Amino acid sequence: MGVVPFLILFPMVMACIMFCIKSVKVRNALALCGAGVIIAAVAYFVGLWIARGAGVLTLYVETEMTDHIILAAEILLMCFVIYITFKHHRGWISLFSIVPTVLIAYFDLAGPKMVAGPHIYIDHLSVLMCMIIGLIGSMIIVYATGYMVGYHEHHTQLENRSPFFFALLFLFLGAMFGFVLSENLLWIDFFWEITSVCSFLLITYTKEDLAYTNAFRALWMNLLGGTFLAFGILYYGMIEGKMGMHDLVSSGVGGELVATLPVLFIAFAALTKAAQMPFSTWLLGAMIAPTPSSALLHSATMVKAGIYILFRLSPAMHGTTTGSMVAVVGGFTFIITSFMAIAQSDAKKVLALSTVSNLGLMTACAGMGTSQTIWAGVFLMVFHAISKSLLFQSVGATENVLHSRDIENMHGLLYIVPRLAAFQFIGIAGMFLAPFGMLISKWSALKASVDERDILMVIFICFGSATTSFYWSKWMGKIISASHLRETTYKDITKKSEFTSLMVHGILMIALCVLFPLLSQVYVMPLLGEMFADPKDVLPSYILYTLVFIILIVFLVPFLAYRYSKKTATNFKLSYMNGVNSGDNRKFYDYMGEEKTLWMSNYYFFRLVGIRKLMIPSQVFAAAVVVVMMCIIVGGVIL
Amino acid sequence: MANIKRSPWLLHYDGSSCNGCDIEVLACLTPVYDAERFGVMNTGDPMQADILLITGGINSQNEATVKQLYDQMPRPKVVVAVGVCACTGGVFKDCYNILGGADTVIPVDIYVPGCAARPQAIIDGIVQAVDLFQKRSDEHDALVKEKKRKAKEGAARG
Amino acid sequence: MNWHSLIFIIVYILLAPFIGGLLDGMDRKISARMQRRVGPPLLQPFYDVAKLLKKQNIAVATSQTFLLLTYFVLMVVTGAMFFGGSDLLMCFFVMSTSAIFLYFAGVVTSSPYSTIGAQRELIQMMAYEPAVLLTCVGFYLAAGTFNVNEIASHDISYIAYLPGFFLSFVFILTIKMRKSPFDTSTSHHMHQELVKGLTTEMGARNLAIFQITEWYENVFLMGVIGLFIINSNPWSILATVLVILAVYFLEILIDNTSARMKWQKMLQLSWIITLFASGMNLIILMIRK
Repeated sequence: MGVVPFLILFPMVMACIMFCIKSVKVRNALALCGAGVIIAAVAYFVGLWIARGAGVLTLYVETEMTDHIILAAEILLMCFVIYITFKHHRGWISLFSIVPTVLIAYFDLAGPKMVAGPHIYIDHLSVLMCMIIGLIGSMIIVYATGYMVGYHEHHTQLENRSPFFFALLFLFLGAMFGFVLSENLLWIDFFWEITSVCSFLLITYTKEDLAYTNAFRALWMNLLGGTFLAFGILYYGMIEGKMGMHDLVSSGVGGELVATLPVLFIAFAALTKAAQMPFSTWLLGAMIAPTPSSALLHSATMVKAGIYILFRLSPAMHGTTTGSMVAVVGGFTFIITSFMAIAQSDAKKVLALSTVSNLGLMTACAGMGTSQTIWAGVFLMVFHAISKSLLFQSVGATENVLHSRDIENMHGLLYIVPRLAAFQFIGIAGMFLAPFGMLISKWSALKASVDERDILMVIFICFGSATTSFYWSKWMGKIISASHLRETTYKDITKKSEFTSLMVHGILMIALCVLFPLLSQVYVMPLLGEMFADPKDVLPSYILYTLVFIILIVFLVPFLAYRYSKKTATNFKLSYMNGVNSGDNRKFYDYMGEEKTLWMSNYYFFRLVGIRKLMIPSQVFAAAVVVVMMCIIVGGVIL
Repeated sequence: MANIKRSPWLLHYDGSSCNGCDIEVLACLTPVYDAERFGVMNTGDPMQADILLITGGINSQNEATVKQLYDQMPRPKVVVAVGVCACTGGVFKDCYNILGGADTVIPVDIYVPGCAARPQAIIDGIVQAVDLFQKRSDEHDALVKEKKRKAKEGAARG
Repeated sequence: MNWHSLIFIIVYILLAPFIGGLLDGMDRKISARMQRRVGPPLLQPFYDVAKLLKKQNIAVATSQTFLLLTYFVLMVVTGAMFFGGSDLLMCFFVMSTSAIFLYFAGVVTSSPYSTIGAQRELIQMMAYEPAVLLTCVGFYLAAGTFNVNEIASHDISYIAYLPGFFLSFVFILTIKMRKSPFDTSTSHHMHQELVKGLTTEMGARNLAIFQITEWYENVFLMGVIGLFIINSNPWSILATVLVILAVYFLEILIDNTSARMKWQKMLQLSWIITLFASGMNLIILMIRK
């Protein structure tokens, strides 16, 4: 399995190459090749894994040398954090880097000898993550090659740091591969820190003041999580003398006391990474960076790292107070951010809030920790990764065309830039409409939370899904509405590479939707089998048939209805405006006989559910929940 | 020949009426007269209306509006002018802003006189309009049939 | 699926518009009587739809018809799934998808009245969806399954376990049926600020499609009401019919005796009632089972 180190190291090598090349054409060509190689490598990796029986593979027990390199790199990372934080007068943040790194270094060099275990662990979950990272991540790079050119044409005031940007994208992918494939907790911690620093650097891309503020917020929150992660790891290492993720999980099943604190700390770290309340603000602030980095952070990488860890821990969290804490925080985040998303008209902010919201649902699924909820969670993750990436990319491309990412400006987008609008439509449909997987996942999550008798979750899901469909449908409605009268004409300047990536996503989305009963049987059930002793069959056969039926209906009916309505003769009338329509549906005569332009807007309820109103109270509430429950758990272990 | 006369839906438009006729129009819907017995509905939306009921004369401001509302109604449709103002311009006929009765801008089918027109008269007008409505639909059907027959013959011939 | 449910599906598809139309006719007749009028004939809704289908096809935007047709078919599928005895939660998911197509049909014209109406419809959806989902949860808790067939063949009527859910479902039924005081999106009654709201730009055939879909929808909703009552005893069918008629009458009564409510109030009220009635019932059920 030499392909494993290749997957981790190749993107890092690519990062160095990207950084050094100044010519746009050469760099783009190389980036495309790099993305292609990553996809090929992932395909080869998956093929190899299937050839070896598609089971659990553990590798690399003896890694003395690599351990030292990783330690050195970690110290280097710490130095970088110290430098950058002091340079920008936020020295206190470096504490969150110094403390864990020093502790880990001390532990590594002078601590007790660990029981030797594998450092790499390959199973269904990590392979799934690799596929997501490899495919979506590479597609985002493909998209970025076109996007960054358009971005700098439109933002001429910014310094062009594309080489740096591409280097970071590749580095990020490498770190993510390392993260999901590692079994050794110290390795996991190292890759964790890399992704934290990478996301910090991506957010600072524009070098504006606001970018730095947001980036440092992201940095301290993630490093705080990293600190807790290190605490959890070291505590576990000290007591058990083992460093394997699976050792930890298996010793934690059934709420064993020895694993309570490590699981709690690592789960807390995962909450920060998955941008759950009260740490959601860093992900919202990250929106300031160019679109590919948002897409990367939101769909394939960064936040999914938190979710991945939570899924890994979920058997150990089932039925414990830690599990309840994670579930409550997740469910609360799900509903409260879906409220906030209603009040946003900035497309990227809506996407960001909906990401947080969906992550909340996944977190809650992980917190409940049964095979049913993980089934739902895995599907939520897969569908979310694809549709979010698709949405970010199409919104980014739309922004390059319209010079605005306000949803109000997307009125009638279908008639201005039909291609992009169609992709947006598919992406949004994927987020909440039947028969796409998000909906069936919600179905399963609801069922599971009833089975678990978790009343709070039931209420969160019922109310949350109502608000979720509200903000998505009003956006969809905007796209398809007949166009307003616009002063300027727009030209679709989407580059070929951007379009290719969008196309791949769109096809993937629809293919998944059609194939997902199959995917459930062939892939996700074995995945659950690896995690749980006796996974329940989540998808009963009658649901399966219903689903196939609905899929057929939902794809076929609009098509047939469209054909039919095209054929019948229809007399077109002006729209009703009390008869004062000025011969065009977009203008009317006012009472003075003057022509006025019609402009329709959506509801936003800004005063009712705006971020300004809800964010701080909900952060306080979530922080209180987290602090109180952590105190209870820690107190329970100590006393 | 479908029977459509049992469901006449109205669009009531107030031109420059003194509101006398409007009140009588609404009176038709009250329990005393209850025009809904005949399936009459006051829709307020031209897209859904069959009969356009105009009260008051046409002035230079509402001329285009009346035309547009008339255009928005799907065929078959009938226009009823209620009250003397809608019929001819009435006492306002010589005002500087009045163009005349409703028939100055759109073809009026039924004239209901009176100042104000009495509810009985209005209902009578509507009943006549309904018959006309049915007749137009039937005429249209006959035309379509004829056309189809001719097309068939044409096809058979060559 | 067996022949038994197949018959039910076919019966639903064939008969629902007639039952829905008759209920609608009853509605108009009873409303008229409440206002001391004679009112239109019982079959008036059928006359209306026949006429609408007869008139010239009109539209404001090309895609209106196609969106409305999709709305129609998905609603029929919802009802067919329900009466065919499949998963209750799935039925409601398909129903909300079809409702979104109605929203699309409203906004696609970009005309002021229908857009406002459509957006209010969306708010109404937000108001009733929690109660709908919680109702499913209630049935699941009480019966241990989402399967409509299994729920319907229980020994005791589920209303005994689910009075709170029943209450909140009847409450949101007023919203779902777009009746006053919650007729913010389409205004059944004439001369309101919204003209015809969501349906303003629908004339002739489009309106007929909308009307027929509403009949299917009403029959489906009444079916859900019936699900609370029906049990394995054949006599319960009679009770079911009576309760459905009583609920329908209650809706007519509310419709005729209350004035339009603002959407803020509607959202507040429906969510509070859902939370309290369904929530309380949910807690009790969860403790009991």
